[in-house]
Order: sequence, then structure tokens, then C-alpha cells
Amino acid sequence: MSEIEMKSTTPTLREWLLSDKPESRRQARLGRLYIIWRRFSENRLAVAGLAILIGLVFVAAFADVLAPHSPVQGDLRYSRLLPPGTAGYLLGTDDQGRDILSRLLYGSRLTLLVVFLVAIIAAPVGLIVGTVSGYAGGWVDAILMRLTDIFLAFPKLVLALALVAALGPGIENAILAIAVTSWPPYARIARAETMTFRNSDYIAAVKLMGASPFRIVLFHIMPLCISSLIVRVTLDMAGIILTAAGLGFLGLGAQPPLPEWGAMIASGRRFILDQWWVAAMPGFAILIVSLGFNLLGDGLRDALDPKEAGQ
Amino acid sequence: MMNLLNKHMRLMTTSAAMALLLAAAPQAFAATPADTLVEGWAIDDIITLDPGEAFEISTAEVTANTYSKLVNLDMNDTSKVVGELADSWTISDDGMTYTFKLKPGLKFASGNPITAEDVAFSFERAVKLDKSPAFLLTQFGLTGDNVTEKAKAADETTFVLTVDKAYAPSFVLNVLTSTVASVLDKKVVMENAKAVTPSDDYKYDTDFGNEFLKTGYAGSGPYKTREWRANEVVVLERNDNYFGEKPALARVIYRHMKESAGQRLALENGDIDVARNLEPGDIDAVSKKDGMAITSAPKGTLYYFSLNQKNEKLAKPEVIEAFKYLVDYDAIGETLLKGIGTIHQTFLPAGQLGALDDKPYKLDVAKAKELLAKAGLADGFTVTMDVRNTQPVTGIAENVQQTLAQAGIKLEIIPGDGKQTLTKYRARQHDIYIGQWGSDYFDPNSNAETFTYNPDNSDEGKTKTLAWRNAWDVPELTKKTQGALLEKDSAARAAIYEDLQKQVLTTGPFVVIFQQIENAGYSNKLKGYKLGPSFDTNFVYTVSKD
Amino acid sequence: MTILDSKTEAWRSGAGASAFAMTSLRFLVTVVTTYLGLLAVTFFIGRVVPIDPALAIVGDRAPAHVVERVREELGLNLPLYQQFFIYVRQALTGDFGTSVLTTNPVMTDIRRVFPATIELATVGTLIGALLGVPLGVLAAVKRGSIADQIVRIIGLIGYSVPIFWLGLLALVFFYAKLKWVAYPGRIDIVYEYSFTPVTGFYLLDAAMQRQWDVLWDLFRHIILPGSLLGYFSLAYISRMTRSFMLNELSQEYIVAARAKGLSETRIIWFHALRNAAVPLITVIALSYAGLLEGSVLTETIFSWPGLGLYITNSLQNADMNAVLGGTMIIGAVFIGINLLSDVLYHILDPRTRSR
Repeated sequence: MSEIEMKSTTPTLREWLLSDKPESRRQARLGRLYIIWRRFSENRLAVAGLAILIGLVFVAAFADVLAPHSPVQGDLRYSRLLPPGTAGYLLGTDDQGRDILSRLLYGSRLTLLVVFLVAIIAAPVGLIVGTVSGYAGGWVDAILMRLTDIFLAFPKLVLALALVAALGPGIENAILAIAVTSWPPYARIARAETMTFRNSDYIAAVKLMGASPFRIVLFHIMPLCISSLIVRVTLDMAGIILTAAGLGFLGLGAQPPLPEWGAMIASGRRFILDQWWVAAMPGFAILIVSLGFNLLGDGLRDALDPKEAGQ
Repeated sequence: MMNLLNKHMRLMTTSAAMALLLAAAPQAFAATPADTLVEGWAIDDIITLDPGEAFEISTAEVTANTYSKLVNLDMNDTSKVVGELADSWTISDDGMTYTFKLKPGLKFASGNPITAEDVAFSFERAVKLDKSPAFLLTQFGLTGDNVTEKAKAADETTFVLTVDKAYAPSFVLNVLTSTVASVLDKKVVMENAKAVTPSDDYKYDTDFGNEFLKTGYAGSGPYKTREWRANEVVVLERNDNYFGEKPALARVIYRHMKESAGQRLALENGDIDVARNLEPGDIDAVSKKDGMAITSAPKGTLYYFSLNQKNEKLAKPEVIEAFKYLVDYDAIGETLLKGIGTIHQTFLPAGQLGALDDKPYKLDVAKAKELLAKAGLADGFTVTMDVRNTQPVTGIAENVQQTLAQAGIKLEIIPGDGKQTLTKYRARQHDIYIGQWGSDYFDPNSNAETFTYNPDNSDEGKTKTLAWRNAWDVPELTKKTQGALLEKDSAARAAIYEDLQKQVLTTGPFVVIFQQIENAGYSNKLKGYKLGPSFDTNFVYTVSKD
Repeated sequence: MTILDSKTEAWRSGAGASAFAMTSLRFLVTVVTTYLGLLAVTFFIGRVVPIDPALAIVGDRAPAHVVERVREELGLNLPLYQQFFIYVRQALTGDFGTSVLTTNPVMTDIRRVFPATIELATVGTLIGALLGVPLGVLAAVKRGSIADQIVRIIGLIGYSVPIFWLGLLALVFFYAKLKWVAYPGRIDIVYEYSFTPVTGFYLLDAAMQRQWDVLWDLFRHIILPGSLLGYFSLAYISRMTRSFMLNELSQEYIVAARAKGLSETRIIWFHALRNAAVPLITVIALSYAGLLEGSVLTETIFSWPGLGLYITNSLQNADMNAVLGGTMIIGAVFIGINLLSDVLYHILDPRTRSR
């Protein structure tokens, strides 16, 4: 701990964060985060991605307020297949007379649900498998990694499809199927990180203090893997959304009347010639959200590891 | 370096543009061949081409054009029949023996002569195989044990059918115009029959060619089936041994296409000659376009949804009634059904003897809620509906889902393709089924029977009418329907059917929604293209091209 | 890649033939276990199905003892591991059961439809590679410029857009509105029964039989779906090419080559790209595998009668035999390409060869 000499003025927040002699762990952490944030925010595209995602969360949270109509009840008789721009129906209506904008807004909840649940299921599974495998080594490592490699080699979409076909269509089954096919990359990342840290001084110190392997893995190694995992999960989100939309398109995802974007494209397909908006609008929504995740993921990766930024 | 890269880029973009331009060259080859009729139609309901087993709508049309029967509907007056293979027939005084004299010298497509033996064989196998359409023949008292006696060849050109009651002759003859009465080439069929070990369930040692005829052909119609690939295509080829006037076109291809938009585009581009599944918007567009036209014919096909009475909630009479008030008939009629159907709520399609046009139900959510409360289900309940992946069924189901939700009933739609949902329905494992029912023959008994006749409501019940499929146990209606069959006086017969319709309207677990109008968009190149009153009278062998 | 890393190490240590045998053996083990894993997963999925396979065969009207007898015959009463053993044996002989839909053995159906998917994926990958590599090179060479940004955006969109939606819009635009391309499907009805395919790869067959009008028709049918898949392939390949090229161009030998006075063109195309070619080939192979997988979504849009359409049709008919058979084939090919590209990478990698 160095003495503070002749400093009569308190440092600004920025200086405090960027100080190269942090006085507490908290300060060090916040400082690191600040640097990452600085790098991130310099990348305009990445910020755009973040904005899109914040927008998504906002829309999902306030769909009740933002949506002008019900997403599930439509006026079949008088409001069917109206073009975008008709009074009260900004993006037009579908073949059941339901407002497309409202359906998209509520559908964002389904999108977020899928993304969130898949991440919650797949990432921890991968994290556990990877860290245990990396830390334990030996035959545990060999077996777990063989298992991971096997799953890694599978075609994700086709397997998810087969699994949902077997379990029956429905959004829960779709989420499960996608999660089951998504965890392997996280396991590999976690393992790689674990093996890097396993022999570090820091871990050696904790071991000397008498921590059990369980404690070490859970409280010391896992937190170190989190940042790479977050990046990878974010980068995968777009793919997860596209896979979920694909399953929805094939009728394997959310069932009517849920406004799942992929299913909306499927049901709008019949009218593509004369009422193109029914199928086109949900696709734009998917495109924008996926783009957002991709930009965010790229930005995060560049910000967290400047060496990669060059690529 | 920059220049070189730019040059590469330019080369690439130019070649890409060229490729597109070349592709844009006028299509000289899109037109369908002059000797082939190409129809775009959803044929995914076909599960077999065996006339003794097939009970599906698409198959009915295929077999109508490829097989011959003893008698057929008179196309000029569909309440009568004319002889096709039969030259003449007599009925005994007691009304129970029908003697048919076959036209001499007729041949099957294989070249084998058509004899009464073949007719008897066709009846025998249909009864013994005991598949879905068998009841049409067994209802006359034919069983696996007596069929060789009751439906036999007296000599080479005489076929004798003995029925167990003095039915109205028009009824018996009408039944004989249905698919299951198609005459098959016994030699060809038995050459391809498979040996089977008899079991308790199936007493015979041969499959009567059931497996062969799934995709094979042994008939005598104007066309023969060349190929059937499930969910893809049915190809018919002219039968050069046909005893009647040979069709002008050498081939007929039914191409499986489910989407109206796709069919319309294909029709406009000349890739198909006829589009069979056009939806209201596309019908409108086609009728306005040069070079093509729309033809339509009301069909004896009703669209309905039914409530499985095995589900105790759906068995409550208030619930049944509530469902009938929870369909927005008007809105559906104006939009989803425009041009392809008329709202209809009784079980006899317009045009059949005794048909009623009563429409007592309208969308009335308040009343439905009242009824549900009376049944103790004021908080609503959840129920599933098996929906086939075609329009307008899917659209109607989705709309009914909304109106039901307004009364607190949560409807889960289970999507499926034809076979899947039909199989489940026939096994009584559904909650609600939505679909269509086409009369098997143009006689009120067909629909009356299927909606009200359920002699054995157990799971082993052999008569798989819709009433059975929905576990609707109605012994009194069953008796009435049977009685109507024997009623020789038309007016009295009609009155019985009217009474039956009224009863089904009030208490039947059937919500009939509309009667189908079949439309076809066709190219002006075709001559003589017409739709008949039923799917097995949609003849294509009279069509020719300019 | 861990197994093959150790293979590389074995080379480097120069341990010779026995090391080679060891690592080949381990590679073989990887192959076998991966395929067994695939079989296990599909077996598991098949057993998860809540439909009794016996009922699917005998139908709903069969009395209980008939169902029981069929269960016996199908081996459904055997312990699970025995069933799996039988399953593996059947799969190895290509017996995936019978399709409920077409009543053909699933393998027969697959053999009929698979060439169409391969053809489409090949066209897509060709377009993707022929366009993607130059674009990636361009982006790498002119890094930071507008061209680079454009290429990156093209790639980014390719990663974010749902392929079936883009295909739908493309179909409407190019077929319905512009009428530039042909009707969804593989070949016009006109030719469908007069053209006899030999290999199953129609483009090849038409060319061999010198039926130029058929070839033209086939081209008009395949150009749109092929370009769509090509776009996706391009997005991936250009991004990877850019990445590899940037890596190469920052190496010291590039500076040395420039100092020697070689022209930029030579440097880029004959030195940097050649070194980047090795990982690039594996990328192209992986892209091909990805297109095979994506066929499930694209073939429905274009009514392309390939394995993807077969699987989706079977899906909607709950024809699990067909779905699982198709899944296994795609899975097997996918895994095969992955493993092969691993092998290829390590064989071709000059760093391993030079030692």
C-alpha cells in the first residue's frame, strides 16, 4: 500500500477508476470494467448492438403498454390482411385480423424467453463440465471431453429438429432441444480457461489455504471463465434465435396463438404474393435482433481482448 | 494491385449479371406438354390406392378415373344411376336379390377379360379385408363368411348380389357407385397377393393383394395409375384397353402442392393446367386474369368440428351447445370462406334428399358463457384440437381458438398432416377434431349414418362412423336412421331425415360450419374441364387440350 | 482437435512410425466413438417418442395380444442395451426401418432424395467459395476501407438473417415479380418423365447426355436456391478468409517478400493466400457441411426434392423412422466432413510437413 503524498484534491471518478494503484479489489474490478467499457463504446457498431438489445428488453417489458392491440384477438371480419400504414395498424394485419405490430411486440417476449432459458440451461452445464474436466484432468477429463467432442460434432439444427419431433411441438421442447445441442462449445471454452488458470500462483495460494477442490472450482475458477463464456454466449445468441425461428417456421416451436416470429413467417407465407407484409415483418424483427446480438458479441470480444480486435 | 483487384471484382459482377440476364430469357419450356393434364392439388391425404381400403378424398378422384364399377351416377341427373360395366339389372320381387348382366367383351387394362368372377372377387376382398370402407358393403349383410355366397358370379357375365333387407333400390345402387365397389382384375391382384399367416384378427391366408395395390393398379378405367409417390405426385396414363371412348390426353399428373399462392403462380406461368386449392384471394385474382378461368361446383362435403364424448367436459350438453355459439360464422363466411364455401349447419349438404338449410347458431359469447356456467365450468377449461395443416381448416381453427378464448375456453391446437390426425381420430384419441366429411355416395343415408348411426359404441365397435369416432352413444337415432333406409316413400323418408338433422343440430356433438364449394382455376387451353358434385365424379378423362 | 494436436507433436518429436500408428489409432477411436455417439443420440430420441411403434404398424384396431406380438417381434421388450445393439447393427447395414408415408424402406427413399441435396449444397458452396474468397482477400488487403466495411456488413447480415425468410422474399422477387427464375422445384414437369437421371445429380446427367435444353432448365431451377445458399456460404467464407489473410499479411515473410521486390499481386495471391489456403479449405468443407444441414429449411421454400424436404415432410407426418434415418445420414455426413477436414488440415499444414 503506497502512501498518498501531497494530494490535496480528491481524484475525479475517471482518475480513480484508471488509477494504476488501486486500493481495493472493488476499485480494481471497477477500473477494469471501465476500461472495457471505454474500448467497447469506441466501437459504434457494438454500441448500436447494445442499443438494439436494450430496445428489445424494453419492448418485451412494456409490451402491454406499447402494443396498440391484442396480439391474440383479431377482428376477422373487418380488419383482415390490411396493408401497413392503415389507420391504427402500423405494420398491417394478418389473416386473422390481428395487428402485426402488437404481435411482434409481444413476440419479443418469446424471443427473450428462448434466448434466456437456453443460456441459463446450456451455459452452466457447459461451465460445469468444462471446469470439472479441466481441473480434474486424467480420465475424468478424457471421458468428459470425448463426450463434449461427440456433441460438438453433431449438426445442431437437425438434431434439435429430431428431438422436438420426438417430444412434440411446443416452445418448451424447442428450448430444451436447442439447449441440449448448444452446451458443448461452452464446455470447451471453460476447460481451456481452467487449464490456463489451474497452475497459476493464485490457485496455488488458495489450495495452500486448504480449500477443497469443490470450493476451488466453484468459487475461484468458474468466475475466471465467466467473461469468455459471456462473449461466446452472446455470439451464439443470434444463432439460437435463428434456430428457434427455424423450428417455429417448421411448426415445431410455439403453437398458435402465440406470436412467435418464426411461426408468423410460416403462416404469412400463403399471402406472400399480395400481402407480403405478413411474412416480411417478422423476418425483419428477427434480422434486427440477431444483428444486435452479433454486433454486441463482436464488440464484447474486441473490448475484452484487444489482440482479437485487429481481426 | 488495386486495379487488379478491381478488375477481378468487375469480372465477377459482370458474370453474375450475365447469369441473371440469361436466366431472364423468355421461358420457352414452361408450358405443360400438349398431351398431359397437370393438376396442382394437395394430395397428402392419400394413404393407399387400393379401392378396398381407400377412404380418402383425393384417392376417390384417382380411383374414379382409373377403375370401373357396375354402375355410376348419371352425370345428367345425379339422383339416378346408369350402368357402366353392367348392361342391365333386375331386382327380385322381395327386393333382396340384385342380378346384374355385364356388358360382354370388356377388358381390363392388363388385357384380361372383365367377368362376373372379377366383380365377385372385388366384393369378396373388400369385405374380408375389412378396412375402413368395408362397412359400405357389409351394411347389406355381407360378412367374411357369407360374401362368397351373397356376392357371386352366376356365370361369366352374370353377377348376383343378395342383401339382407328390402332396402330402397336407389340406396343400394347409389352405394354401388362408390369407390369400394370398384371392379379389380382378379388375376393380376392374386398374382401379386402376399401370403399371410391367419390369426385371430384376420382369418385368411392371403392379403388379397392389399400391399401390392397400395401403389399398384389392376383396373379397367380410362386411365391407369402409373405411379404414386406419397406427398409428391400421382401419375395416370391412358389405358389403351379401355372399353369406352379413350381419353384425349395421354397422361394426367396430379402434383402435390399445398399452397394456393404457389398453385396460382404455377398456373399463371403455365407450369400447371389446373389449380385445385385456390383460396379466396387467389380465386379472385385468377378469375380476373386473361387466359384462365374459374370453375366451381358445390360439393357434398361438409366442414365441421366434433367433440369427443369420451372427454367428460365435452360430453356435457351445455358445453356442446356453448361450442355452437362460439363460432363466428359470419366473419368466417365473409373472409376465410369467400367463394370456397357457404355457411351450413345441418349434416345433410344442400342438394340431397331431405336436406335442411336451418342456421340457428350465431356467435354469442354471452350466451355461451351462461351455458358454461350452468355446466359448472364458468372458469373455462383447456382442451385440444387436432388440426390438419391445410387451409381453410387452419384458419378456421385459429379463429375458433380466439372466440373460444373469449368464453374462457383455452384451445390448444395440435397441428398435423392428414394421415396423422386421421389416424388419431379413427382411434378416438382426440379431444376435438376439425375436418371435412364427404358423402360416400349421393344419398342422404351416407351422412345420416355417419353422423347418427352408432350401433356399438365400444372401442371394438366395427362401424367407424363419425358418431362412433366421437363416442356419441345414440341408440334411438341409430334405430331411426336404420328405419329411414327401408322407407320406400321418398317424402316420408325425407321427413325422417329432417327430424334427424334437427336433433343433431340441438344435441349432436358436431358443430357443422360450412358446405364446400370446390373451385378450380384452369387454363383456357383446356376443353371440357368440369368439376362434379362429388370427388368421385371429378372426371378428367373427358378433358382435352387445344 | 486435441487428438490431432498430439499427432502434430508426435511428428515434431520425430518419434517415427510407432507414434504415427498410435495417433492414427486414437484418431480411429475418435471416429468410432463419435459415430456411436450419434447412433446413441438418435436411438435415444427414437425411444423418447411417445408413440408406440408397434401401434404404428398394426394400427389402432388391433387387439392387445396382436400388439404384444408385434412388440415381441420388434424387440421392444428386450433390455435397452440389447435394443441398442440391434439398432446399431441395423444402422450399419443401412436398415433404418420403413417409412410410414411412402411404405418404402427409409434407405431407399434417402438414396433417392439425397443426391438432390448434395447437388444444391455443392452449387451453393461453389458460389460461396468463388465469391467469398476474393471478397475476403479484398477486405483483408484494404482493411478499414469502405470495401472492407461493405464486405463485413454483407457477412454480418448473412449471419443474422433467417435463411428461409430471405429465400421466401427472393422467391417472390425473382420468380413472381421478375420471372427471372423458374418455378420452385428441381425440373420442369415437361422434362420430368422424359429425362432419365443416371447418377442422381441432374446437372451432371444432363451434361453427360448432352441434353442442353434440360440442362438450361435445370440451371434455371437451381440458380435461386443455389445463390441463396451461396450467400450464406459467402458470408462465412469471406469472414474467415479475411481473418486468415490478415493473419498471413502480418507475418514477417510478407515484409521480406516486399523487400525483395515482389509485386503486391504475387504476394497476395501466391504467397499469403497459398498459406491461408490450408485452413481455408477446412472452412470451405465446414461451410459445405453447414449447407447440408441448412437444407432442412431451404428445401421447403423451393420445393427442392432433397433430403431436407423429405425430413420436414416426414416430420409433419410423425414418420419417426424417416426423420431419424434422415437425421442420421445428415449427422453422419456432417461428422464425416468435420473429421475429414481435421485430417486434411493436419496433412496439408506446411508447419507439420516441414519438420
